[in-house]
Amino acid sequence: MITLNNIDKVYRTEKIETLALKDINLEIPKGEFLSIMGPSGCGKSTLLNIMGLLDLPTKGAVEIEGQAIGHLSDKKLAHLRNQKIGFVFQSFHLIHDLSVVDNVEIPLLYRRLSGSQRRKRALAALERVGLSARTRHFPSQLSGGQRQRVAIARAIACSPEVILADEPTGNLDSNMGQEIIDILMQLNREGSTIVMVTHDERIARQTARIVRLFDGSQVY
Amino acid sequence: MIRNYFKIAIKVLLRHKLFTFISLFGISFTLLVLVVLSSFIDHAISPNPPEKKQRRILSTTYYKMRTKSGGTIAGPMVSYYFLDKYVRSMEIPEAISISSFHSNVIVYHQKQKFTFACKYCDGNFWDIMDFNFIEGKPFTQTDVANMRPVAIISRDTRNLYFQGRETVGESMDLNGKTFRIAGVVENVSLLRILPYADVWLPITQMKADLNKQSISNDTFPGFFALLLARQRSDFPQIKAEYRQHLGEVEFLDDRVVEIHGGVETYFETLSRLFVGGFEQSNRSGLVIAVFILMLLFMLLPAINLVNINISRIYERSAEIGIRKAFGASSATLINQFITENVIITAIGGFLSLILALIVLRILNQSDIIPHLQLRINWRIFAVSLFVTLVFGVFSGVIPAYRMARMQAAETLRGGEK
Repeated sequence: MITLNNIDKVYRTEKIETLALKDINLEIPKGEFLSIMGPSGCGKSTLLNIMGLLDLPTKGAVEIEGQAIGHLSDKKLAHLRNQKIGFVFQSFHLIHDLSVVDNVEIPLLYRRLSGSQRRKRALAALERVGLSARTRHFPSQLSGGQRQRVAIARAIACSPEVILADEPTGNLDSNMGQEIIDILMQLNREGSTIVMVTHDERIARQTARIVRLFDGSQVY
Repeated sequence: MIRNYFKIAIKVLLRHKLFTFISLFGISFTLLVLVVLSSFIDHAISPNPPEKKQRRILSTTYYKMRTKSGGTIAGPMVSYYFLDKYVRSMEIPEAISISSFHSNVIVYHQKQKFTFACKYCDGNFWDIMDFNFIEGKPFTQTDVANMRPVAIISRDTRNLYFQGRETVGESMDLNGKTFRIAGVVENVSLLRILPYADVWLPITQMKADLNKQSISNDTFPGFFALLLARQRSDFPQIKAEYRQHLGEVEFLDDRVVEIHGGVETYFETLSRLFVGGFEQSNRSGLVIAVFILMLLFMLLPAINLVNINISRIYERSAEIGIRKAFGASSATLINQFITENVIITAIGGFLSLILALIVLRILNQSDIIPHLQLRINWRIFAVSLFVTLVFGVFSGVIPAYRMARMQAAETLRGGEK
């Protein structure tokens, strides 16, 4: 599903160069649930952003379903993100002055769908995360766990093949965190490929495979 | 998609009420000033009655003269003698008229004091100007030559002096003399400086000595000539004929030794006053100057918008990151931002139109300028609105470009926004 070959990522400022990722090779087959672990600043999020086409590697190649993305235009990358990938972030990143259902509709806005089709799909996604009763609420009226469920609903609204979750339980207590993991597990059982960054060993152990990073390198 | 842009734009505008207010205020105030100013200009110089033939009219309203002692006399300071001898004698124009500017005359009538603007003119004046007569008819060249004590008055003068009743044939006392009313015309605005007056009298009724042989005029209120061309294309020939006459001037009073200016359109006179040099008018200069001023004026809200937009973008960076992550391309986001700007500009334009209607109504009803009849110049409004819209788009492009360069990964980093 996602292939990373010899990925390097270097951040350059005027004075210093930081090697964030070094020679990463990773093959993520369809339907896998993979955890990426490592201490803070080891490059986990950078790796996830490269997989999610939000950032480009300095060296190396990224393939999504066998398609190399190195030369794609901004428009094509955006289209690919919309079609194939759903994101879940640690700090939820919901838009505060949009209602729950409007937030979930965001990825659907960039598809050719009628208003009623969008609404229908957004409501279906909210139902899957158990938030059908809260569609008219605003993010500020929800608990952290509920907000993350809205974020998951947003990520799955377009039925992407891959869900990239960057510390989805990082801002939640362990009960709420487990609820989120359970939802992700369920989505994985239904066929989604999931890549999750975490530094919670207990959570990582529930996934099929763990990739460990240290100082930008893969350590297994 | 457009509906969605619209929805987001409205939400964004409501989210930042203060910013929205500042932007809207800037846009609508600028447009308001432009519209009101242009309706003033329109009211003053466009070919409306009584200056319906304005496109064929030349006038002599502004002169500059050098005196023997090296000084300068500037303004409508030529004598009746000069105009009569060197302008009225011209052959190419269809008609020539010499009149005075208006001066105020105080009149006591039935224990009431009135101040009327009084203008002295000849018979041709009524042919060149198209006054709207509501009663009677103009006095003729024969009336003027025979020094008949006749007067034309405005509707307001009739209302004040005669309580609005039909007045042709009645008499009116002015400057210790009794005049018979020959006609009543619609009010003329003060901004129409050439035809403006409340009472028009034959120029031969003037107390000043019209035959005094001198070039400059030292009596108030001064004179001007109106020249009606058969067609506008005659202007160069008329001006050439005038220059020829000007070359033949005999400087008799040994005060004035050099004279410039004279026969030109109203707009040329304005350009001479505002941007012209001493010797000639500068029409394109005035147009450019006005255009630059208007542009600068409109630049202010545009810069303000750019500024507000840039600060707003940083505030919305997380939202931009989210939208990018979920499939918005940079182009889509740029479109959204520009749509927001166009909407706010359009709302500003609409507000300015309502404000302009109110302001013009107040100005028309107040007595600051007599007989003001300002109307919205739709052409100017459309042009200003268009330019502001262009600025709206333009002011959206710079921030939108910056936004497009933002890395989604960068904006999504960090805590809860």
